[in-house]
Amino acid sequence: MFEIGLENYLILAGLLFTVGVFGMFLNRKNVIVILMSIELMLLAVNINFVAFSANLNDLSGQVFTMFILTVAAAEAAIGLAILVVFFRNKGSIAVEDISEMKG
Amino acid sequence: MELLAVFLPLAAFLIAGLLGKKIGDLGCQLITCGALIVAALCSIILFFEVAIGGNTFTTFLAPWINSGDFSVRWALRIDTLSVVMMCVINIVSACVHVYSVGYMSHDECKGRFMAYLSLFTFAMLMLVTANNLLQLFFGWEGVGLASYLLIGFWNHKNSANAAAVKAFVVNRVGDFGLALGIFAIYVVFGSIQFDVIFAAVADNAETYFTFFGRQMHAMTVIGLLLFVGAVGKSAQLGLHTWLPDAMEGPTPVSALIHAATMVTAGVFLIARMSPLYEYAPDALMVVTVVGACTAFVAATIGLTQFDIKRVIAYSTMSQLGYMFFALGVSAYGAAMFHLVTHAFFKALLFLGAGSVIHAMSDEQDMRKMGGIWRKIPITYGLMWIGSLALAGIPPFAGYFSKDIVLEAAWADNSWFGHFAYWMGIAAAFMTAFYSWRLLFMTFHGKPRASEKTMGHVHESPAVMLAPLMVLAAGALFAGIIFYQGFVGSSAHHGAAEHVEQSVEHDVEQGIESVEPHAGEAQDGLSAEDAYGETHDAVDHAEPVFAKEVFWGRSIKVLAENDTVEAAHSVPMWVKYMPLVVGLVGIGLAYLFYIVNPAIPGKIVAIFKMPYTLFFRKWFFDELYQRLFVKSAFDLGRLFWLKGDKGAIDRFGPDGVANVTKKISGLASRFQSGFVYQYAFVMMIAVTALVSWFVFRESLTGALWGGF
Repeated sequence: MFEIGLENYLILAGLLFTVGVFGMFLNRKNVIVILMSIELMLLAVNINFVAFSANLNDLSGQVFTMFILTVAAAEAAIGLAILVVFFRNKGSIAVEDISEMKG
Repeated sequence: MELLAVFLPLAAFLIAGLLGKKIGDLGCQLITCGALIVAALCSIILFFEVAIGGNTFTTFLAPWINSGDFSVRWALRIDTLSVVMMCVINIVSACVHVYSVGYMSHDECKGRFMAYLSLFTFAMLMLVTANNLLQLFFGWEGVGLASYLLIGFWNHKNSANAAAVKAFVVNRVGDFGLALGIFAIYVVFGSIQFDVIFAAVADNAETYFTFFGRQMHAMTVIGLLLFVGAVGKSAQLGLHTWLPDAMEGPTPVSALIHAATMVTAGVFLIARMSPLYEYAPDALMVVTVVGACTAFVAATIGLTQFDIKRVIAYSTMSQLGYMFFALGVSAYGAAMFHLVTHAFFKALLFLGAGSVIHAMSDEQDMRKMGGIWRKIPITYGLMWIGSLALAGIPPFAGYFSKDIVLEAAWADNSWFGHFAYWMGIAAAFMTAFYSWRLLFMTFHGKPRASEKTMGHVHESPAVMLAPLMVLAAGALFAGIIFYQGFVGSSAHHGAAEHVEQSVEHDVEQGIESVEPHAGEAQDGLSAEDAYGETHDAVDHAEPVFAKEVFWGRSIKVLAENDTVEAAHSVPMWVKYMPLVVGLVGIGLAYLFYIVNPAIPGKIVAIFKMPYTLFFRKWFFDELYQRLFVKSAFDLGRLFWLKGDKGAIDRFGPDGVANVTKKISGLASRFQSGFVYQYAFVMMIAVTALVSWFVFRESLTGALWGGF
């Protein structure tokens, strides 16, 4: 059929990233969805890294990916922990309710 | 000696003012009274040295301003004029200091009061010893400040604060004129040193200013401007409204500042500038007319007032009017003579009134007094002496000075001189009337005060009576002693032959030789002293008229204007007129207030119009309220609402604040608190930045073909 090249990976990563962005902006329900969208955007970046690493024969891109995964895991853990505490205090994690920093 | 006389009050003020808390009330009183008494003694010694010994001098203290060819130094100019003023100031001030110890004994701020009094004394001394106009101005403003502080001394009373502000503001008007006069003098003479000015006056007699395209006689303009200053300070008609209100201050203040010394600063100023005024006859004419009108108007108001202090205040204004028309007819010596005698008897009257007020538990309304003369006989007697001197009954001091003033006015032989004479006679009649009205209403008749007040009536303590005695001695003898020196060339009342002898011998001998013959045995002693001291000093004196030796070069009168000299040869009826109307005035007061107390009411009913005019003080306050105060308030309101709030605030601070508030309101709407919106903004910004970097490359590449 056709060769799967760098462009396909980049398009996939771009689509994933766009889904992440829209998931974040259009979501009006749940903070967890925002966290998942961030996760999605990070993955899109990871795909970019890996694709370029394979294409350029440079391993450092994949090393970066490992770092990003680790950091993302930590970030997800912290974010969920914050959510739990927030829920305990407010009894809700709806995005509309989280506007304490309103100017 | 002169340093002690001038700077002891300053030292007393500094000590009592700065260390008042540490040394306590008693310490303040001791220090200020002690300093003033020593200063008074020093000035008396100076008087013998300078006025009688003819030994004038100037002490330079320190440089002050040196700017181009304008230079001013602090200096003490000690000549007869200043030494006479120093004596009056220091003696009256010492009396008032001692009196205040008793009068203010119930007050909480004794130390502050004594400090202010000393400050006033110092400023007044600086004024009279100035040898240039700037130092005089310094003293002038200093006494204005002290007057403000002391009128408003009881600052818990709103009326006292209002009176203090009024005195200060009205005086500003006069001071503006004085300042302009000083500027004009500098323009014409190029200096403000008295010596330089006086030496150059004769050469500048025909100088003209060009002002708004009109030629103006320089000396007349200067004279009128300085006179505006004098009008303000000396409460002459036009700027007099502050003086009656100033009676809100404690009574010792009224006696010292608003009767004896500060209000006479204007008289002193014109006497000091006499060499200049001699070349400004038009200015002198204005001085005469204003003085005469003041004497008359103030006396008419004095007839109708019921506040004991206000009656005396209007009387002061009236007597100042006498001094001014004496100045106006070139009788400077007579004016200074009246100033000295007036200082004694008016301070006596004020302090006596203070003693009455003290006795009546702070009651000032004469309608609520009466019938207390048996309870305070010493005050009663002293008030009689003061009133007799004020009304000009021989041999009291006022008789000599008032007579010479009126005779000089007549002798001037001009329409305004005669105008002043008749106004003065009318005022003399009214003076006698209201003085005895005051005496009768206060001391005689049935008691009109409440039982409780009458029960409290008591003679004042010795510390208050002793200064009164000193002043009473002055009111009794000052006229006789100083007559020859201040104004004399021939004697009054049958002493002529003695004087004629003495004129041929030693002049100063002449001064003193009048009194033993005039039958004042008590003063024989002081006459001997004075004789002993001065005999050597003026051995060589030429056989000239006494007043010329006495005044030396401190007062200058052109020969053709010498009204004091001419005053001695006026017709007999001119001389006796003041005495006659004075006696008639006393008799009338007796008739009105003792024989038949119903008469005043009937008179008032018949002459409703003039009575209202007099009682409401010729509507000056109302007029000024309408003309100046209200329009000034309106103007101020206009500037406040339209100028300050409408323009400056609106576009200045308030405008900037409003714009900031609006912008920040917009900016704060940005901070919605929703995380996804923040993220969206970040996203857009990052996109924009990246686009910028990407497309800049291509744009610049396209435009300039790459670098």
